[in-house]
Amino acid sequence: MASGIRDKVVILGMGCSKFGERWDRNAEDLMVEAFEEGLKDAGIERNQIEAAWFGTAIEEQHVGKSGVPLAMTLRLPYIPVTRVENYCATGTEAFRGAVYAVASGAVDIALALGVEKLKDTGYGGLPQRGRGGLNNFFWANISAPGAFAQLAAAYRAKHRVDAKDLKRAMAHISVKSHDNGAKNPKAHLRNRITEEDVLNAPMIADPLGLYDCCGVSDGSACAIVTTPDIARGLGKEDLVAVKALQLAVSNGQEVQYDEWDGSYFATTRVAAKRAYREAGIDDPRKRISIFDVHDCFSVTELVTMEDLGISEEGKAIKDVLDGFYDASGKIPCQIDGGLKCFGHPIGASGLRMLYEMYLQLSGRAGERQRPEPVLGMTHNLGGFPSQNVSSVTIVGSYGA
Amino acid sequence: MTTDFGILSYGGYLPRRRLQRKSIAAANTWFNPALRGLAKGERAMANWDEDAVTMAVEAARDCLSGMAGVAPAQLMLASTTHPYDDRQNAGIVATALHLGSALRALDVTGSQRAGSSALMTALATNANVLVTAGEHRLAKAASPQEMHYGDGAAALLVGRGAPIARLVAAHSETVDFVHQYRGRDRAHDYAWEERWIRDEGYMKIVPAALAVLFKASGVSPETVTQFCLPCTLPRVATGVAKRAGIAESALRDNLAAVCGDTGAAHPLLMLAHALEESKPGDRILVAAFGQGCDALLFEVTDAVHRLPARRGVKGALARRKEETNYERFLAFNDHIALDRGMRAEVDQGTPLSTLYRNRDMVTGLVGGRCRNCGTLQFPRGRYCVNPKCNALDSQDAHPFSEVGAKVMSYTADVLTYSPDPPAYYGMIQFDGGGRMMADFADVDDGKVEVGMPMRMMFRVKENDATRGFVRYFWKAAPAENQ
Repeated sequence: MASGIRDKVVILGMGCSKFGERWDRNAEDLMVEAFEEGLKDAGIERNQIEAAWFGTAIEEQHVGKSGVPLAMTLRLPYIPVTRVENYCATGTEAFRGAVYAVASGAVDIALALGVEKLKDTGYGGLPQRGRGGLNNFFWANISAPGAFAQLAAAYRAKHRVDAKDLKRAMAHISVKSHDNGAKNPKAHLRNRITEEDVLNAPMIADPLGLYDCCGVSDGSACAIVTTPDIARGLGKEDLVAVKALQLAVSNGQEVQYDEWDGSYFATTRVAAKRAYREAGIDDPRKRISIFDVHDCFSVTELVTMEDLGISEEGKAIKDVLDGFYDASGKIPCQIDGGLKCFGHPIGASGLRMLYEMYLQLSGRAGERQRPEPVLGMTHNLGGFPSQNVSSVTIVGSYGA
Repeated sequence: MTTDFGILSYGGYLPRRRLQRKSIAAANTWFNPALRGLAKGERAMANWDEDAVTMAVEAARDCLSGMAGVAPAQLMLASTTHPYDDRQNAGIVATALHLGSALRALDVTGSQRAGSSALMTALATNANVLVTAGEHRLAKAASPQEMHYGDGAAALLVGRGAPIARLVAAHSETVDFVHQYRGRDRAHDYAWEERWIRDEGYMKIVPAALAVLFKASGVSPETVTQFCLPCTLPRVATGVAKRAGIAESALRDNLAAVCGDTGAAHPLLMLAHALEESKPGDRILVAAFGQGCDALLFEVTDAVHRLPARRGVKGALARRKEETNYERFLAFNDHIALDRGMRAEVDQGTPLSTLYRNRDMVTGLVGGRCRNCGTLQFPRGRYCVNPKCNALDSQDAHPFSEVGAKVMSYTADVLTYSPDPPAYYGMIQFDGGGRMMADFADVDDGKVEVGMPMRMMFRVKENDATRGFVRYFWKAAPAENQ
């Protein structure tokens, strides 16, 4: 019986670039920006890093394939560098690789860095691209907002929710994230918006309007991880440890087998259960202090609340409208602005979420700081509701 | 006359959009005031994802409904607008219809008589032949053709069994009378003066052909009860009927007011329309004009009342949506330089070897049925998708194209590139099992709901402009719009 990852690996340091439309910066510049901060935070030299994981999802837009761009940009000393890609869970995948390497005892200190430079396409939204040989012949003409918008149709049908009620809850989610983003100097979008702004915004994919969709951003984030002993040896106190690292990947059941109803993420439910078990959490609604979920679209955040077991099934609308997830609520969600406003450079996003959890758990979140958080959770969702990669990561005070 | 060989069934298809001729006129009379006189009625207008092949497939599906006992040994696809000059277009239709590879397939083209000549050839065999004809006709903006033409398809199943109509006589005249033509590499037809076409063409060539037909068969012209003569020129049909001795009451509606002239498909469309309104003993005469004349005389049998119900031409006409947006028509036919945006630039490639390996799945919408657990699934994976089964290589081919479905989730997407935004798509659940994420076709804005019944339709998935390749796949269309 595997013992899991809980408290075996701690975060030595983290860095995160400013997210946004970084017209004057290459992907390489953003990587350096995140790395410089992370290295200083960790208090080590680059030559102490023994292995690295590099996350990019749409590499053809910027650095290209392989681990070479990371090694060349950071001048890493001929260490193993693994490039990973797993849709929007790419950044978390890089983190998982680095954490597992340390936990295995293969290396003492490992780096995970994610980057994406999306704003060189010439148009708004995610880069349009092919789906691979056979998929191009039969996949529907589906965009990211169009894929996720379908959650709303299925959720409404299942829970008999009026379209306007659902849309209002979705609007609250976006308004809340803009409020949070406004307080975050590294966030892409720092403007406040109103519920009316959301409801009146141009339609992207029914029922998702412009403000139901997250930003498309340039950015990079990184984590340097090690063992608790080495961290203490380097003079670190109040360690932030990895409690759970779970990933669940669709095997075709949602899109091909007649069970799933389209209103939730089957993968997230599985990954969350495993993560809570790995972290020793029995009641997440009581135990989780703060979390960031993959709010690529407002409706994604809404159903994810239920899939993570924080809101009861069919009750997320009530929790959202009650302010349960607001910055001042019981469990703040997207206190850093989330994908919605911090931004979504795909390969960096999972690490950016962890960066906020790390700051909060270290008491360094400035204006956004919550009182004495103990456990922070992050969640990524890549692909489409009907076939996706979902990750759930829990970090917290070492020993807690 | 006592043979058991003849027409076994018929089918028709028209694209759902009907462009209003007054909309064409409103846009173009500044340039061509003569169009004002033609600004009546409507013409069938192919959607951006419809062409001669897709429409022929739909007509053929209509024709084959309830005819499972008849396996076509031959397939003909007549058109002057085949999407491919070199790639057997009929072969695409055959794969979409699951006709199997043991099939004699033929593209027939080159004249407005392509459809009638194909039918005549089929009737001269003693085999089961599926004759299809489809046209997606292009015409220059502000031309009379743009007013007259329509898009559509028809299909007739010829063979042994219980024919609903038997061929009484047939005759062809071939005369190099060029009333209009389209040269190689030209997109549009070039036509001569209508008065000359009427007087020297129709009025002389068609009656001559009919006279031979009547004389050879011994059938008296006045016994013809239904006369199908595709022609949109005024006074031609009545003139020909009079000259040939056919009662004026036998003249069939040429459908000009409701769908336009569908070219090589039109004689077959009019025949199908006549068959569905016929009674035993009716004599149906079809005359098709174009560098000569094909004349076919049929007698309707008692079996016409026993033909399984189908959409037919009447159903196709009723499946209608008024279109007043002439700019959309121009855009669908690539007649304006539309700014399609950078998202339209993405090259998805067309790997022919991939298509070939998966042709049943892509062109035929063939999925799998697990022998072990009975689970229906699309596409057919090596392992069964049922988590309690997961058997290896356990699936028999299971076509989903004729299976109804219901909407499970959906959206209307403005972001993704579509020639007709918003792009509607969603998860559909097939009745009886199996599901897929599918593009939707022929959807009305704001009229999609979870649980809505859908029917699969064969459509253009994408035009690979870089390589001049049309990619086909199946889409889900609202069943109530069928």
